[in-house]
Amino acid sequence: MSISVQHISKSFKEIPALRDISFEVKEGELFGLIGPDGAGKTTLFRILTTLLFADKGTATVAGNDVVADYKQIRNSVGYMPGRFSLYQDLTVEENLTFFATIFGTTLEENYDLIKDIYVQIEPFKTRRAGKLSGGMKQKLALSCSLIHKPKVLFLDEPTTGVDPVSRKEFWEMLKRLQKKGITILVSTPYMDEAALCDRIALIQDGKILQIDTPETIANQFPKKIYDVKADNMYLLIESLKEYSHNHSVYPFGEFVHYTDQRDDFMPQELTAFLQSKGLKNIYINTTQATIEDAFMELAK
Amino acid sequence: MNNQNVIEAQKLTKKFGDFTAVNAISFKVKKGEIFGFLGANGAGKTTAMKMLIGISKPTSGEAKVVDYDVYTQPELIKNNIGYMSQKFALYDDLTVRENITFFGGIYGLKRSEIKQKAEALINELGLHEVAADLVGSLPLGWKQKIAFSVALLHEPKIIFLDEPTGGVDPITRRQFWEMIYKTAHEGTTVFVTTHYMDEAEYCDRVSIMVNGKIKALDSPTELKKQFQVASMNDVFLKLARG
Amino acid sequence: MKRFIGFIKKEFYHIFRDRRSLFILFGMPVAQIMLFGFAITNEINNVDIAIYDKSNDVTTQQLISKITSSKYFTNKQRIHNEAEIESVFKKGKVKAVLIFEKDFDKKLTKNHQATVQIITDATDPNTANTISNYVNSILKNYQQEKNKEVKLAYQIVPQTRMYYNPELKSVFMFVPGVMTIILMLVSAMMTSISITREKEMGTMEILLVSPIKPYQVIIGKVFPYIFLSIINAAVIIVLSIFIFKMPVEGSLFLLGLESILFIINALSLGILISTISETQQTAMMVSLMGLMLPVILLSGFIFPISSMPLPLQIISHIIPAKWFIIILKAIMLKGVGISFIWKETLIILGMTLFFMGLSIKKYKIRLE
Repeated sequence: MSISVQHISKSFKEIPALRDISFEVKEGELFGLIGPDGAGKTTLFRILTTLLFADKGTATVAGNDVVADYKQIRNSVGYMPGRFSLYQDLTVEENLTFFATIFGTTLEENYDLIKDIYVQIEPFKTRRAGKLSGGMKQKLALSCSLIHKPKVLFLDEPTTGVDPVSRKEFWEMLKRLQKKGITILVSTPYMDEAALCDRIALIQDGKILQIDTPETIANQFPKKIYDVKADNMYLLIESLKEYSHNHSVYPFGEFVHYTDQRDDFMPQELTAFLQSKGLKNIYINTTQATIEDAFMELAK
Repeated sequence: MNNQNVIEAQKLTKKFGDFTAVNAISFKVKKGEIFGFLGANGAGKTTAMKMLIGISKPTSGEAKVVDYDVYTQPELIKNNIGYMSQKFALYDDLTVRENITFFGGIYGLKRSEIKQKAEALINELGLHEVAADLVGSLPLGWKQKIAFSVALLHEPKIIFLDEPTGGVDPITRRQFWEMIYKTAHEGTTVFVTTHYMDEAEYCDRVSIMVNGKIKALDSPTELKKQFQVASMNDVFLKLARG
Repeated sequence: MKRFIGFIKKEFYHIFRDRRSLFILFGMPVAQIMLFGFAITNEINNVDIAIYDKSNDVTTQQLISKITSSKYFTNKQRIHNEAEIESVFKKGKVKAVLIFEKDFDKKLTKNHQATVQIITDATDPNTANTISNYVNSILKNYQQEKNKEVKLAYQIVPQTRMYYNPELKSVFMFVPGVMTIILMLVSAMMTSISITREKEMGTMEILLVSPIKPYQVIIGKVFPYIFLSIINAAVIIVLSIFIFKMPVEGSLFLLGLESILFIINALSLGILISTISETQQTAMMVSLMGLMLPVILLSGFIFPISSMPLPLQIISHIIPAKWFIIILKAIMLKGVGISFIWKETLIILGMTLFFMGLSIKKYKIRLE
C-alpha cells in the first residue's frame, strides 16, 4: 500500500472537518478525492503530508507513519497545495532551481521526469511566476513538486479555476506520470474529472460517501435516469418539481436529469403532464448515470 | 440602441502597453437572456467584463450597457447592474443581515426598503436561523446564493456573475442555476463566466474568447452542430486549442 | 550546506526584486540622520527679536549691538511703547522682546543694578528657554568685561565645562538613537515580514513538506538582513562622522561588534514576532507598536529615563535599545572600552539568547 488511512477524524474548534475516514491507495495508482469545497479534502491532504495532526486514527504514506516518521515523508513526497504556492517574484527557472536545491537535487538530474511538462513552460523561463497564466502556473507548480522524483504525489485541487483546455492537458500529464510509477492522490471539485482516475472516493462534509472505480460507481446508480428537454428550461424545471412522483430533478447540460419514485414509471405520463403545463418540444429518453448523478444521489 | 438589447459592444478594445488584452470584440446581449462568456485563462474575459461594468476604460471601440455609454456614464452603469464574483462576494466578518443592509445602503435603497427586502430575501432562502450569524461561518454554497440575492437587491437590469459556482457542490450548483433561470425568467439579463462546461450548456447563448477575440458566438445547440461535436466541452477544446 | 546557500540566494532575489522596500531600507537611514541632524535641533540661530529701549544710552546701545551682532539673534524691529509688545508677538514676527528700563546706564553706575526684561513667546517652551539662556549668558559676559575695568575686590566666575559633547550638539544625542531605531526596524520588522510572507503565500507549506530543516529556513531568512543591517549601521556611522563631525572616541571594532550583537538581538525579536503572527500586516503592526514605540519613548533616546515615573523606569530596563544606546554613547562619545560596558553587553546577549530560545520553542514544524 502506498497510502493507508485508518479511521482518521479531525475537528477545528468543535467543528468536524473529517469524520472517521478510511481508504487505501495502491502503489502506482491514480486515486481521486472528489468533493466540493469544505468537504475536508485539504485537511486530509495536510494530515497526510504531516502538516497537521489527526485527532483520531492513523495513516501511513509509503510505509511511513505520518506522525512518527514525518521526516522521511517530507523527504519522499511531492506536494502541491491548493493555492498557487510558489514565489511570484522569482522567475520560472529560479523557482525550479530553488526547489531542486532544497530537495538536494538538480534540474538536470530528474529532467526526464518533468521534461514533458517543462518544455511547455520553458519558453517563459525568464518570466516571473506571478506573471504566468493560470494554466502555466499549474504546470510550474507541478514541475516543482516533481523535481525530486517523489514516490507519492499529493495534488490538492490542481485544476480549480483553470480552463478546460489546461485541465485536459494537466490530466494527460498525470496519466504519463502514473506510468512512471508514481502514486498520485489528487483532489478535485470537478465531477467530470473523476472518470480519469483509477479509483475515486466521493467525499462531502468530512465523510466518504463511496469508494470504487468511477465506472462501478456510475453503474451502481439505483434508479433509471431520464434526459428531459423542452422549449423553456425554467418552466421545465419548475414543472418537474411540481410533479408529485419526482425523485430528483437536476439540470444537466442541455437536459434535465429526472428520476421517478416509481419503478413502473411511464414517460408518456410525464409528457402529458408537461404539455398540460404549456411546454412544447418535449423530449424524454433514458440516459447513462454519471459520477455527478451518483454523487448527488449519495449526498441527498 | 435597440430596446431589446441591454449590451451592445462594437470593436471594444483594451490594450496594456504593447499587449492587446481585448481585441475589437463586437456582440449584443438581449434583455432577459442568459449569456455565457467563456474563454481560457488569460483570454481576456475578465478585462472585457471590467470594461462592461464601468471600472476599466476601453482603449477604443464602443459599448453601451443598459443604454449608458461605458466611456461617459460609468456611474449610471454601476447603478443599473449587479455584480458578483467568486473572489469577493460578501464580508465574512459581518452577519448575513448586516451584509444585506450594507449592500442595500451602497445602492441607495431606503431604510424601509432595505428592511423589507432583507426580510423577503431571508424568507426566500430560508435563512431565519442563520440571519444573525457571521457570513464566514456559512458553507460556500450558501454564501454564493446569498451573494447572488444581494447583488439583485437593487433590481438591476443586468447581473454580471464572474465564476459564481467555483468549488460549490453539485446540488447547490444546480440550486444556484435554478436561481439564475428564475432571474432571467423575470426579465433580468444574466451575464455569466464559468469554467464548468456543463454550465455553458445552460446558457441561451455563449461566446467563446480566444486570445482577446470572440471566436464563436451562438446558442449551445448551434455551436455543437457547427463544430460537429457532442458537448460544449468539445467545442471549447476545439476552439481554444486552435 | 548547498540547500542553505540556495535558500539564501532566493532570499536575496526577494530583497532585490522588491525595489520599493529596498529604497526605504537604504533611503531611510540617510533621511533620518539628516532630519535629526539638521532639522530637529536644540540650538538656535538667527532668532528674530524686537527691542524696546527706554533709555537709549551708551550702555544699552553697547548691549544691543553685542546681542544682535551674535549669530543667535537678529534685531527685527525697534518698538516704542508697551502696546506694541503684544502686537509684535501676535503677528508672530519675533520670538522675544528685550526691554531695557529707563535710565539704564545711570542706574547701573549708581545702584550697581539695572534691569533687562526678556519676554519670550513660550508657545514653544523649548525655544523660549533657550533664548532666555542665551540672552542671559551674553549679558553676563558683558558684565564680566565691565567688572574687569571696575576691579571689584571679590569676584566669583563660574566656569562650566561640558564633557563629551562640549558644543552641546544635539546631533550627538540623536545619532545613537537613530542608529538604534533603524537597526531595530530593519532587522526585526523586515525579518518578521519576510517570514510571515511565506506563511501568507502558502510557500511555508511547501517548505515544511521538504527536507529543508526549520532552523535552516530561519537562519536563511535572517542572514540577508544581518548583512543589510551591518551596511546600514556603517552608513549611519560614516554619515555622522563626515557630515556632523561626530567623534568616535572609542574603538570602531568594538562599535562594530556591539552593533552586530544588537542586530542579532533585533533579528531574534523579529523571528519571535513571526511565530506569533499569521499575516504580514500583523507582523508589521506588532513590530511597529511593540518595538518602535518603546524604542523611541522608553529607551532614553528622546526622554531622559531618570525623569520618568518609576514604573516606566522599570519597564525601560527590559528594552534592549536602552542598553544599546548606553553602549553607543559610551563608545562614541566617552571612548571607553569593553571593561566599562561589559554589563550592558551581557544584558543584550542574555536577552538575545532568551528571545532565540523562545522562538525555537514557539516555531511550528506543522501548521497548527
